[in-house]
Amino acid sequence: MSEQQLFKVTIDNITIDVPAGTTILNAARQIGGEVAPPAMCYYSKLEGSGGKCRTCLVEVSKGSEKDPRPMPKLVASCRTTVMDGMEVKNITSPKVIDARAGVVEFLLLNHPLDCPICDQAGECHLQDLSYEHGKEGTRYEFQRRTFHKVDLGDKIQLHMTRCIMCFRCVFVADQLTEKREHGILDRGDHAQIATFIQKNLQNEFIGNVIDVCPVGALTDKTFRFKNRVWFTKPVNAHRTCENPKCCGEVQLWMRGDEVFRVTARKDEWGEVGQASNGKTGWICNVCRFDKKHIKDWVIEGPTKVNRHSVIAQGHYVGVIKPQETLPEVLHGRQPKLVMDIHDVSEVNKPNIDLSLLERPAHSTDFK
Amino acid sequence: MGRKLLLEKAHVENIRLYDVYRREGGYRSVEKALKTMAPDAVTEEVKKSGLRGRGGAGFPAGMKWSFLAKPEGIPRYLVVNADESEPGTFKDRYLMEFLPHLLIEGMIVSSFALGSNNSYIYIRGEYAWIVDILEQAIQEARNNGWLGKNILGSGFDCEIHVQRGAGAYICGEETALLESLEGKRGNPRIKPPFPAIKGVWGCPTVVNNVETIAAVVPIINEGGEEYAKIGVGKSTGTKLISACGNINKPGVYEIDMTISVEDFIYSDEWCGGIPKGKKLKACIPGGSSVPILPANLLLKTAKGETRMMNYESLADGGFATGSMMGSGGFIVLDEDQCVVRNTYSLARFYRHESCGQCSPCREGTGWMEKILWSLETGKGKMSDIDLLWDIQRKIEGNTICPLGDAAAWPVAAAIRHFRDEFEWHITNASEAQTRNFGLAHYADEIHVPATV
Ligand SMILES: Cc1cc2nc3c(=O)[nH]c(=O)nc-3n(C[C@H](O)[C@H](O)[C@H](O)COP(=O)(O)O)c2cc1C
Ligand code: SF4
Ligand code: SF4
Ligand code: FES
Repeated sequence: MSEQQLFKVTIDNITIDVPAGTTILNAARQIGGEVAPPAMCYYSKLEGSGGKCRTCLVEVSKGSEKDPRPMPKLVASCRTTVMDGMEVKNITSPKVIDARAGVVEFLLLNHPLDCPICDQAGECHLQDLSYEHGKEGTRYEFQRRTFHKVDLGDKIQLHMTRCIMCFRCVFVADQLTEKREHGILDRGDHAQIATFIQKNLQNEFIGNVIDVCPVGALTDKTFRFKNRVWFTKPVNAHRTCENPKCCGEVQLWMRGDEVFRVTARKDEWGEVGQASNGKTGWICNVCRFDKKHIKDWVIEGPTKVNRHSVIAQGHYVGVIKPQETLPEVLHGRQPKLVMDIHDVSEVNKPNIDLSLLERPAHSTDFK
Repeated sequence: MGRKLLLEKAHVENIRLYDVYRREGGYRSVEKALKTMAPDAVTEEVKKSGLRGRGGAGFPAGMKWSFLAKPEGIPRYLVVNADESEPGTFKDRYLMEFLPHLLIEGMIVSSFALGSNNSYIYIRGEYAWIVDILEQAIQEARNNGWLGKNILGSGFDCEIHVQRGAGAYICGEETALLESLEGKRGNPRIKPPFPAIKGVWGCPTVVNNVETIAAVVPIINEGGEEYAKIGVGKSTGTKLISACGNINKPGVYEIDMTISVEDFIYSDEWCGGIPKGKKLKACIPGGSSVPILPANLLLKTAKGETRMMNYESLADGGFATGSMMGSGGFIVLDEDQCVVRNTYSLARFYRHESCGQCSPCREGTGWMEKILWSLETGKGKMSDIDLLWDIQRKIEGNTICPLGDAAAWPVAAAIRHFRDEFEWHITNASEAQTRNFGLAHYADEIHVPATV
């Protein structure tokens, strides 16, 4: 069969032809814009992902040309393939909007909402999701679930409290490394990502779990608390990596000449994109964690950033420094730092390690 | 009164042993099927019998069998679901414990019909001693030529393997069961593909409940049409009911689905009424997942008809005023029982048993449990009732597997039918700690049929 069979599918009244076997989500992504349902667990580059978070639920109002009956329940668009003549409602379905608001509420139920001290803020899919589909308040009045932070080796930190159980990191470890060293322990709301025995992830490609994690549950320890992503400028760069499996094509997150962070390049859906060799642009740990000098890289130019992204505010042209008002009102006195969000507070009590606190620091911690 | 097809011989001494079972007419169906019938003819008999799955959903077994994909050169499997972990359900345990050979006999015939050369019993981990009983029975069957190669010279090979679970309710869900059987974490799979196309190890698989498979034996012995004559409408044959709660005679009963719920509870042949002459308040007629019904709606449908112990009648009125046959776990609550507390314990169960894959179930079940606990302990608010309603509504239908629905339904039904009891827990918080709401009007005649 040289010619691929095309199916006609209508999503939110927009019709498009896609090859048979395409999922509703991917068809909607081809249309783009608001028609594309949000996806927190599906990752087109990871086989078997999706179906879990339920944010991508859509209504199928007509099954297909042959069998026009609507589907009885909302379906996960990331795991449902299109049929010829299918009609799908995403943002045009009140049922979907309602269910999605429910899913967002569920995802945020036990989330700490510690965005002010979270490295992922600014590029967090959960932030975007709650901003676009969530409600201002919460109806949850109970204590939230917390976990201890765990270092998975010297480069990756797991902050399980923020995890939304999308399983992406597990798929990365399954599909990119020879031997998976972490997984999910326990079940239900007490399920957790864990290594079980050794608290160390060693594989040379394991750093990619940081890139796929939609929230700040897996963070890069070489970047932790160094900067806010929107103060850094993303630049495309490459190097000839010694690892034959690594494409060496990355995004450097810079301030001045300083390389703060190295990540894989992301596409418009926030997924690791395609490298020039046609494969998915996963990068190795050496590129990610060890090459933090501008001399290590050949700079290609600024990364295109969607202007709606908060990261775009740190972009290149026309940066006007806001007027500093503090010196004026202080009349020459030195400002006192009341709270410092660093690993170690040197201001109040150097012996208090803020990162050991399971919540934002509070004045009582310094008494 | 009432015909018994499965438990007829359950009280014969030593029926657990092969010699006695065989003497009492055991393994006749294997002889009949393997010697005189083609595999498709067996499936045809099961179709004719109208046998519906006894695991909860009530899907016609013959139809399920005929959906099984049969690609050349790829093995097919029969997996028997013996995970039985639904609170209130304990019929499979009884069957396997007392009549292990009945299950094995049914499995051989079913395996023959489906073309499964290796069939599995996936059994709940807590039933450890039953594993020994089953394995002993399998050994006896093999020694007597009912298992192994070329059974009865028919050219059909079959082995039965028993696999113990590790104690998770979710592993009763058929795709989670298959994952667990493969040695993986028991997470339900995302469907499609269904097990009939891609089941265990990616091969076509049929998953059936223990009782469903056991019922194949009388179907083959007597013929599908004869079997279909027992019972009413689409509720053919006999059904095992495990009755528990506030009744005089808890236990496993085989009924032919022609009796009324009232008879079942009050007749001495079955539950024998409620202890100490107490009044009936409510009942969960089909295992913990199905909607609870107040006494008035349990004994009579909203239309005023007598409610019968069968699939259609129990479901009459939909979820607004009806319930479900489910897995046959019949839980009776008398006037001293507290519906809020009961709903809380169910919510706690589902919170603990959720696999945690999908967000509505993982987070929603825990939230419902917490709210129900604060209602039960007198810390609730009126708005909590509507909140509970909204949470269950957002879980139901939005999850990967039906456990989410199973967690939502009991909460929904409790609020639907017993809202005043919830409200009383809020308005009389301290009193609710020391005494129960009692009967209110749940046993009265229905004046206005409940809606929602
Ligand atoms: C959460 C959950 C638990 C279940 N547990 C059981 C069980 O313990 N035993 C069982 O036979 N079916 C159970 N089922 C139903 C099975 O998924 C499946 O429908 C059944 O085994 C099919 O067999 P049947 O057609 O013979 O009823 C469960 C379903 C769900 C969603
Ligand atoms: S740690 Fe991140 S990637 Fe892994 S399951 Fe949690 S949210 Fe997903
Ligand atoms: S509904 Fe619950 S048990 Fe079923 S897959 Fe989702 S989280 Fe797991
Ligand atoms: S993206 Fe489809 S369920 Fe998560």
